[in-house]
Order: sequence, then structure tokens, then C-alpha cells
Amino acid sequence: MTNIVTLVTGLIFGLGLALSGMTHPEKVLGFLDMAGQWNPSLLFVLGGAVSVALAGFQVITKLTKPVLVATFLVTEATNIDRPLVIGSSLFGIGWGISGYCPGPAIALLAAPNWELWIFLPAMLLGYALQHYLSRPSHQASTVLDKSPSCG
Amino acid sequence: MVNALFGGVLIGGAATLFFWLNGRIAGVSSVIAGLLFSKDRMWPALFILGIVAGAAIFYALGGSAPVPRTNFPAWLLAIAGVLVGFGTALARGCTSGHGVCGLGRLSLRSLVATLTFLSVGLLTTFVMRHIFGVI
Repeated sequence: MTNIVTLVTGLIFGLGLALSGMTHPEKVLGFLDMAGQWNPSLLFVLGGAVSVALAGFQVITKLTKPVLVATFLVTEATNIDRPLVIGSSLFGIGWGISGYCPGPAIALLAAPNWELWIFLPAMLLGYALQHYLSRPSHQASTVLDKSPSCG
Repeated sequence: MVNALFGGVLIGGAATLFFWLNGRIAGVSSVIAGLLFSKDRMWPALFILGIVAGAAIFYALGGSAPVPRTNFPAWLLAIAGVLVGFGTALARGCTSGHGVCGLGRLSLRSLVATLTFLSVGLLTTFVMRHIFGVI
């Protein structure tokens, strides 16, 4: 049952990404480009998504457990540390250059073009690089293994 | 605008359902990292399959697929891809995990992450478009 839920919620998520226009880098960059012809549509995407999540999560976090499994798998991390800020900054640079973030890059496998065939492997390389660089310190990779819970 | 708003509601709704039923955060960068490096690859694979299927349904029903840019430098896309992968892995979250789920949970960590990638994204797009002239 949890597997069906995962597949179906993934499907709704992907449908939302495609419908919202997040898979169109020119719309994303049109939103980020406030000095140009500003395209506010992304504001509606983020506003819609965050309002629903905010309402839903506030109710759900008061429950003792999720419906189908024993516990909520949420990261315990609350600290504002250097990896959080540096990582988000690097992401912002890549997002601001290309107009792609991870979700739309995955959704675009449904309608791939030459941009995706460069961006997606490069993005996967980025994950691999971070994974192997964080190995010696060990901390980061154990956190990732135990709680695939954010992002 | 209606599509943007309704698409956003679907994204937020899917994330909420997933958390309510399966107790997990629908964050795409963690899902990808989970598929690549964790021992439990089943659910990340299913979630990714779902995302692709959902988008495929939209395009099959006549939804507009993006038209690739013709003059955009490929090397820039490659650099951007590496930065997006490396950065979201390091920050443990992207637009969905920090931006949607994290803000939904009222996580300060996610608020800092979201404000950071949004402001750096705005600055980067400005520099790329208006200083370097890359569109």
C-alpha cells in the first residue's frame, strides 16, 4: 500500500510540476529576472504549493503517526550551518543560470530535449561528487542515509 | 496563472498526502540521492517513476512541453547541473524539500535555505542576462 501511495503521490507531484510551468526554464528565469520582463507565474506556483503544504503539515504534525507507517521520517536537524548556506547558494547559482531545479529536471524525462541530456547527467554528477567528498567526514553521509527526509 | 496556481496546489497536495500517509518528505533532491546512494531504493524509484508518469500524462493530454533554447551554451548547462546537484545535496534539500515541505513544517533551516537559493538565483539571473547577455 505504501508503494502505491508513493507512486500515486509522485504522479500528482509530476503532474503539478508540468502543469505549473516549472519545467519551462524560460518561465523560471522570467521569474528570477526581475530587471527584465518579469513573469510572476512562479509566485503562484510557490504560493499555491506552500499554502497547501502549510495548512496540511500543521494538521499532520499534531498526529502521533502517519497513516500507513510507524513513524514520521523527518530530519532532526535544526541548525543553520555552513553546508546549508553554501549548498543553497551553489544551488541558487545553478538554478539562476539554467532555470532548472531537481524536480522539473526529473519530470522532463517525459519530454526530453538536448538541454536535459546535458543538465541531468551533470546534476547526477553533482550528487555523486558531494556524496564522495562527504565520505571521509562520515557525518554527512550517515545523516543522509538515516533520514532522507528533507529536500 | 490559473495553471501555475493549480499546479502549485497539486505539488503541495502531493507533498501533504505523502507526509500524511507515508510519513516522508517529498523532496526531490533527497529522493534522487536516495535512489543513487541509499540501501532502500524502492521508494525513491517509485516516486521518480511517478513524477515522470505524471508529467507524461500532462504532455500526452496536449500540455505544452518546453521548447529548448537554441543558443544557450551547453557548457553553462553542464556547470549549472553540477552546481544544482552538488548544492542541493550539500544543503539537504531543494525547491521541494526546503521550499515546499520545509516551509510547510515551519522549519527555520528551510526558510534560510529558501531565502538563500531564491536571492542567489535572482542575483545570478541578473548577472547572466544583464551583464553577460546570456538568454
